[in-house]
Amino acid sequence: MRKPLLCLKGLTKAYPGVLANDDVSFEIGEGQVHALLGENGAGKSTLVKMIYGLVKPDQGEMILRGQPYAPSQPSEARRNGVAMVFQHFSLFDALDVAENVALGMENPPPLRDLAQRIRDVSEEYGLPLDPTRLVGDLSAGERQRVEIVRCLLQDPKLLIMDEPTSVLTPQEVDVLFKTLRQLSAEGTAILYISHKLDEIRALCDEATILRGGRKIATCDPREKSSRELAELMVGQILTPPEKPDRPLGDVVLQVDKLSLASNNPFGTSLKNISFSLRSGEVLGIAGVAGNGQDELLLMLSGELTAPAEQVRLKGNAIGNLGPNARRSLGLVAAPEERLGHAAAPDMSLTENALLSAAERKKLTKYGFINWRATDAFAQEVIARFDVRTPGSHVLARALSGGNLQKYVIGREIELNPDVIVVNQPTWGVDAAAAAFIRQALLDLAGKGAAVLVISQDLDELLEVADSFAALNEGRLTPVRPAKGLSVDEIGLMMGGAHDMHPAHEGSA
Amino acid sequence: MIRLEKRKEPSKFWRIANPFLAVALTMLAGGIMFAMLGKDPVVAIRLIFFDPIFSETFGSYSRPQLLIKSAPLILIAVGLAIGFKANIWNIGAEGQYIIGALFGAGVALLFFPQPGWYIFPLMVLAGAFGGFLWAMIPAILKTRFNTNEILVSLLLVYVAEKILAAMALGLMRNPDIPGFPGSRDLRRYEAAHNAELFAGSGVHWGVVAALIAVIFAYAMMKRHMLGYHVQLAGQAPRAARFGGVSPTRLVIICLGISGMLAGLAGMFEVSGPGGQVRIEFASGYGFTAIIVAFLGRLNPIGIVFAGLLLGLTYIGGELSQMMLQLPSASIQVFQGMLLFFLLALDFQTNYRLRLTRGVRT
Repeated sequence: MRKPLLCLKGLTKAYPGVLANDDVSFEIGEGQVHALLGENGAGKSTLVKMIYGLVKPDQGEMILRGQPYAPSQPSEARRNGVAMVFQHFSLFDALDVAENVALGMENPPPLRDLAQRIRDVSEEYGLPLDPTRLVGDLSAGERQRVEIVRCLLQDPKLLIMDEPTSVLTPQEVDVLFKTLRQLSAEGTAILYISHKLDEIRALCDEATILRGGRKIATCDPREKSSRELAELMVGQILTPPEKPDRPLGDVVLQVDKLSLASNNPFGTSLKNISFSLRSGEVLGIAGVAGNGQDELLLMLSGELTAPAEQVRLKGNAIGNLGPNARRSLGLVAAPEERLGHAAAPDMSLTENALLSAAERKKLTKYGFINWRATDAFAQEVIARFDVRTPGSHVLARALSGGNLQKYVIGREIELNPDVIVVNQPTWGVDAAAAAFIRQALLDLAGKGAAVLVISQDLDELLEVADSFAALNEGRLTPVRPAKGLSVDEIGLMMGGAHDMHPAHEGSA
Repeated sequence: MIRLEKRKEPSKFWRIANPFLAVALTMLAGGIMFAMLGKDPVVAIRLIFFDPIFSETFGSYSRPQLLIKSAPLILIAVGLAIGFKANIWNIGAEGQYIIGALFGAGVALLFFPQPGWYIFPLMVLAGAFGGFLWAMIPAILKTRFNTNEILVSLLLVYVAEKILAAMALGLMRNPDIPGFPGSRDLRRYEAAHNAELFAGSGVHWGVVAALIAVIFAYAMMKRHMLGYHVQLAGQAPRAARFGGVSPTRLVIICLGISGMLAGLAGMFEVSGPGGQVRIEFASGYGFTAIIVAFLGRLNPIGIVFAGLLLGLTYIGGELSQMMLQLPSASIQVFQGMLLFFLLALDFQTNYRLRLTRGVRT
């Protein structure tokens, strides 16, 4: 056993109506890579927020290097050598790397010295980063490096990383792991939050598993199989989704050499996209976040329009049609962002049913809404898709992420579409709900619908997709059969070598 | 220590209770203000809120006045509320009101002195069209060049006021009485006169129009796709696009409806209670209607009550000027306080004040 760096003893934190952490105790050794494993809502975030001084525990204590440790704010945690890289970056797009790093420091040195230190640190840890580049121009992987370098400049003893690989390609993950191993060898402990089991088994010395706010186990992840870890995490036996055997039908959706500017100044424009989709087919589109996924969904849902001929649905040119016209013709979509895009947060589930179902379910007459039929439809979705809610009158924002996702995907599936496009269908959803959603999509494909799944979760894509393509800086690779693709090949399709070699950047 | 905590859901209780509380606080603060002016606060408050309806001396005059003052407020506020729900902020109803009046009066003066049943309906159409046209300026600038409709619509009020003055002194001036600014008195031109429908009741066509507008707005917001889209766009713009709402179309519709209703209000005023195009024709209804819309919780039914209350303060204000020699600005202060207290109180619809033990570890 290594010398303990941080001891957590009986940490408890309650929010109104929920016990986020219940008597959690474990130790992190110096230089140890310690995984914190659990589903969404298991209490991982609350726990690390307590360590980082963002949340005060109701009960329990922490001991850092033998001293009582109770940070009242993050700056105090940082002074004690605790640093954190968040899942969502806090960077300013319009400033360059060095300026962004300076903003996060207590006493930043002059910018020129800082730039040199950034170069030194990034070289030392194999994290290529140019301090003079604008953050708005960086890929997600590079942005993460900015955050990591910002932490490393403070010479931390404990580095907390919240789901760091969710935005990275497999090759970028390798680079990150190398850095983390080097840090660990130099004596920096790492608390690594994730629900990706293979990663944890590859990287971590020890894993603490949380479920429902309580510690379930602390174990050596290398001695457990991924399946064992998953079952500890979920607390039940998991069955992989069933892929019904089915013949593929005719081409129903065709996109032809489509280029489209993003409607967002920091978005990614689509460049020369071509693919076709047959009925019964599940096409998986991989890619690191911010490579045009949002734009692809908007272009297919009709929220962005294109020249009519470049998007064809069952032979009809639909590129210039809006969302409702496309829905009437049989093309539906479920965007990534559940609250605010796929559903209006402050509206009830019934009102939200109307959002996309008005056309296909004929819920209006001369524009007047048939609320009774709308409510019946909402109830049908709730029942069929096992949405846990007291009723259809509940506001969308009151549902948990997984339940709302089931509702949103269920609403689109119940419209009986010919083509369904979904972006990140199981993002932030617990394992049981994720399996349910994937199965529902496969069942829909089994009935002859064409399914397009855009996702950053490779395991998910490999589980459901018949064919496979990747988005990289707004370009789509040729579609390949999913069977037999290796993770390495997928990584290369995703642009795995993305900015790995700063020496070549000038010529790019 | 006092802490603010965001509520999980906005409190329904405070949403309803706040307007009443705001009125009570306004009376209190207004009373203090009157006391500082050296007037008896109880008498002043009674003059403003009770005497216009209940006093035997003034009631017969001011009761019909209540509908006359409230109808334009309600008519304008109903339109504004639709836009406000969609986060489209038309602050320039006063300008649309003026232009509507000028269009309506313009039609009347063109036909003068001809008789004809069709003249008044034409004036109604012209008034609505004038207000619509004036509101289209911020609408088109917003959809075309992404300008801010708050600023553009507000500044256009002052342009409209200048046009009003120019008309009263120039083109529309009454040629029969040289040397006096102002147009012919439309109340003396039967075909154009928006007369009382029942003598002594204060009910003129504007009151009928306000009632119809309230019913239509209510049905639209509760039962029609357009109302649903308005609320969607206000609450979650991206979800609205997903639902097929075109933001451009919505801006045009919302500004169009509120401009049209404001224009109608102006037309009914100039052809009835106002009587003629004068420099001082605009009396701030367009701005007061903003208070009415918020006090009525952007709900058409709520707006009826809020409109009646604010109408009351207009009459009570005049009364208190007469009886107590209160400065005329005091009633505007009064109306301003009402909005101020309402917005401040609305904070507790979304937040909860929590007293915590003041220990920090």
